[in-house]
Amino acid sequence: MSIIKTSVGRRSFLKSTAVAGGGMMLGFSWLASCQSKPEAEVLAMPKEWFAINSYLKIGDNGVVTIISPNPEFGQNVRTSMPMLIAEELDVDWKKVIVEQAPYDAKKYGFQFTGGSRGIMSRWEPLRMTGATARQMLRQAAAQAWEVPVEEITTNAGVLHHEASGKSAGYGEMASAAGKLPVPEEVKLKEVKDFKIIGTSRKNVDGKDIVTGKPMFGVDYHQEGMLVAMIEHPPAFGMTLKSVDDSAVKGMPGIKDVVTIKSYKDDFAKGGFDTNAFAEIVAIVGNSTWEVMQAKKQLKVEWKPITAYAETITGFGGRKETKNIPAGLESTTSHNAQMEALAAKSGKIVRKDGNPDAAFKNAAKIIERSYSAPFLAHNCMEPMNAFAHVQGDKVHIAAPLQIPALIVPTIASSLGIPAENIEMDITRMGGGFGRRAYSHYIVEAALISKKVNAPVKLMYTREDDMTNGIYRPTYQATYRAALDENNNLTALHVKAGGIPESPLFADRFPAGALDNYLAEEWSIDSNITIGAFRAPRSNFMAGAEQSFLDEIAEAVGKDPIQFRLDLLKRAQEDPVGEKNDYDAARYAGVLELVREKSNWGEKSANVSRGVSAYFCHSTYAAHILDMTIEDGKPVVQKVACAIDCGIVVNPDAAKNMAEGAITDGIGNALYGELTFKDGVPEKKNYDKYRMIRMSEAPKEIEVHFVQNEIKPTGMGEPPFPPIFGAIANAMYQATGKRSYKQPFLADKNVLG
Amino acid sequence: MATYNLTINGKETQVDAAPDTPMLWVLRDHLNMVGTKYGCGIAQCGACTVHLDGVAMRSCQLPVSAIENKKITTIEGLSENGTHPVQQAWLEHDVPQCGYCQAGQIMSAAALLKDNPNPSDSDIDVAMNGNICRCGTYTRIKAAIKTAAKMG
Repeated sequence: MSIIKTSVGRRSFLKSTAVAGGGMMLGFSWLASCQSKPEAEVLAMPKEWFAINSYLKIGDNGVVTIISPNPEFGQNVRTSMPMLIAEELDVDWKKVIVEQAPYDAKKYGFQFTGGSRGIMSRWEPLRMTGATARQMLRQAAAQAWEVPVEEITTNAGVLHHEASGKSAGYGEMASAAGKLPVPEEVKLKEVKDFKIIGTSRKNVDGKDIVTGKPMFGVDYHQEGMLVAMIEHPPAFGMTLKSVDDSAVKGMPGIKDVVTIKSYKDDFAKGGFDTNAFAEIVAIVGNSTWEVMQAKKQLKVEWKPITAYAETITGFGGRKETKNIPAGLESTTSHNAQMEALAAKSGKIVRKDGNPDAAFKNAAKIIERSYSAPFLAHNCMEPMNAFAHVQGDKVHIAAPLQIPALIVPTIASSLGIPAENIEMDITRMGGGFGRRAYSHYIVEAALISKKVNAPVKLMYTREDDMTNGIYRPTYQATYRAALDENNNLTALHVKAGGIPESPLFADRFPAGALDNYLAEEWSIDSNITIGAFRAPRSNFMAGAEQSFLDEIAEAVGKDPIQFRLDLLKRAQEDPVGEKNDYDAARYAGVLELVREKSNWGEKSANVSRGVSAYFCHSTYAAHILDMTIEDGKPVVQKVACAIDCGIVVNPDAAKNMAEGAITDGIGNALYGELTFKDGVPEKKNYDKYRMIRMSEAPKEIEVHFVQNEIKPTGMGEPPFPPIFGAIANAMYQATGKRSYKQPFLADKNVLG
Repeated sequence: MATYNLTINGKETQVDAAPDTPMLWVLRDHLNMVGTKYGCGIAQCGACTVHLDGVAMRSCQLPVSAIENKKITTIEGLSENGTHPVQQAWLEHDVPQCGYCQAGQIMSAAALLKDNPNPSDSDIDVAMNGNICRCGTYTRIKAAIKTAAKMG
């Protein structure tokens, strides 16, 4: 049993919000209609709700509303976060209704969905929330029945006092409980006592999704709302020169054409204020189709940008200066630039032992280079936002991953106090990192201010795909030194990209080798980039795991055993002190997936590739089975083992792993965005290849390591290693190694 | 602008719209029926799939002027209370992640099963290849279609 304090420093997120007579909590207007009811058919609604704290209200009939704090884009936190509260509250899950919290940092802390940090960061706070409420309910019962609080037990939403035989539903005590002071410390359950955590619970939004209920940003509607669309420069390296709206203003349904500048000149940008096109044109009208027609007729002149530098303040106040060059960039010149830099020495980030001597004395050196292109996020719901500016206030409803970090930007750009920003967080039709950069909200707000009306800003697919915040293009060269006995004596990795390096110098196999050298480089660019599902790992895992596969073959070892031998060294006698992984847990997922997939058994025509990686505090290993049919690789099966500590909602976690595997295979085989003279060459799904049903794995098996370690990341970790697994299986199937992503590109068949 | 009489989910309704307005935007903007989703606008992603006289169509390519006298079914009208076998199977398999493409996936799957009550894996591949899911829920979609087929 762990006892935890309910406040950290001066801040408590558990201030009782009850008001006399039992406080109705804030209604969330449009979003209140998006309540979700898990597993229950129709719950009888209570006559009265009693707020226990900012996350919980309990109805007089025992129905419980749990406020889910973080934004949802498919990782199912709207189910798993309320499960944490419900567990410690000890309530019947069938009587739980989930509501989405609006942005409110005072009540809900850092409402951040990204970096696979959701469950990790909320694990204790949300359980504490439930435990605190349970304790208050027990105290209320103890007072009512005049018995010691220690003698009050609970079970599935009912309070009991065994000696007197008294019992009462939570609803009967909720009013009194809401008026009690918040206890200073509470006890949390032991893992063995969990009844909800660790059991599969259906997505609380499932019914609303399959019946088409409004829930996404694009679905937001307000009477009198206008629709806005934007025109941004057609190429990176261009900016607005002039607008001729004469052909547009008289078109049916068109209200206005305005230009907006997203940032004040003296605004100090944060790490998520990335925006390729800060000055754009907006067309505002009555309906989407009418605005789309006007968009085609709008005449805009663009001009080249001049080079500039900007200072960005990242997490923890860390300042970084970015140089943005002028010019129109192309993929062909990018590739030549990368090749040139890869041939030079980079910046040394880590050096163990004497790699120079090891390479000098090597009997054999293996050197291989890997590369990957820019990628667009391609969330199925294009970027959008609703904003209604009235005087010095704004109401926003939008799909976004980090509301707190766009608030200072909105406040600055509108020139209003941050506390005048009211923001509803809608469900996101995909995020993958893209919606961490919510410049589209600033745009919607500025447009609303200019046209003095509520506005829903909609990006077309083309606007979305050509707007930037891409996964960067990367390159990595690996070298291995082998001695005369075919032992691996040194490893050298040099990695870089445009505009950032993908390297993690302290990750495996660092720590497993006496001689290790890691270097990096980067090339400035005016193409804007940002987080994309498992940033940097999504390239490095594929490169590293392909290279290890090739070395295993060169030294004549089984590829899994080769990795396990390295991990054994890292565990028993690690080199260096900064290694960021636990070698035993790393080996654990490889051993589990080996066992579950009958690795030793070979079957005809099936080629297998293995890969493992550690990121976002979680370990994942895959074995991918491939056949070749009509010259196409067919993924018959992927077996996957994951160690993410305690799994809160196993079937939902499996779903995420399945998705990460399929998404990763798609990006590895087909994902690519190229540029010519600053223009993205793919603007919609007719050119940008996404994985489709017929190309998805026929079967995916997900196994979790069973332990009682605090939960770690889940949305990202299964994604990076699949790039290596498919590359290694393709080699087994074809005899040819794949070094350059996308492995198939537009060819669709193996060449 | 012209006035069109439409039959959507069994109900007759009138809209004033330009003749070339795609049904997608008639549904979403004129009628505030937002279950049908915009994904690409060029019939490449399937998010906007509806049934036109029972046949799966991409509503982003269906001008309102071309569909009078034909019956339109959207995700909102596929069943009363979400009880269509495909919707039930979707819940049983807990298919959705972000959920944005799922209305289109469900409409394509329902049309497939109407024509072909026992589809093979490759039948499913062909019928569903026009519906993109960036979250990668394809394996669950396929399993759910098979479950729905058994429910009949």
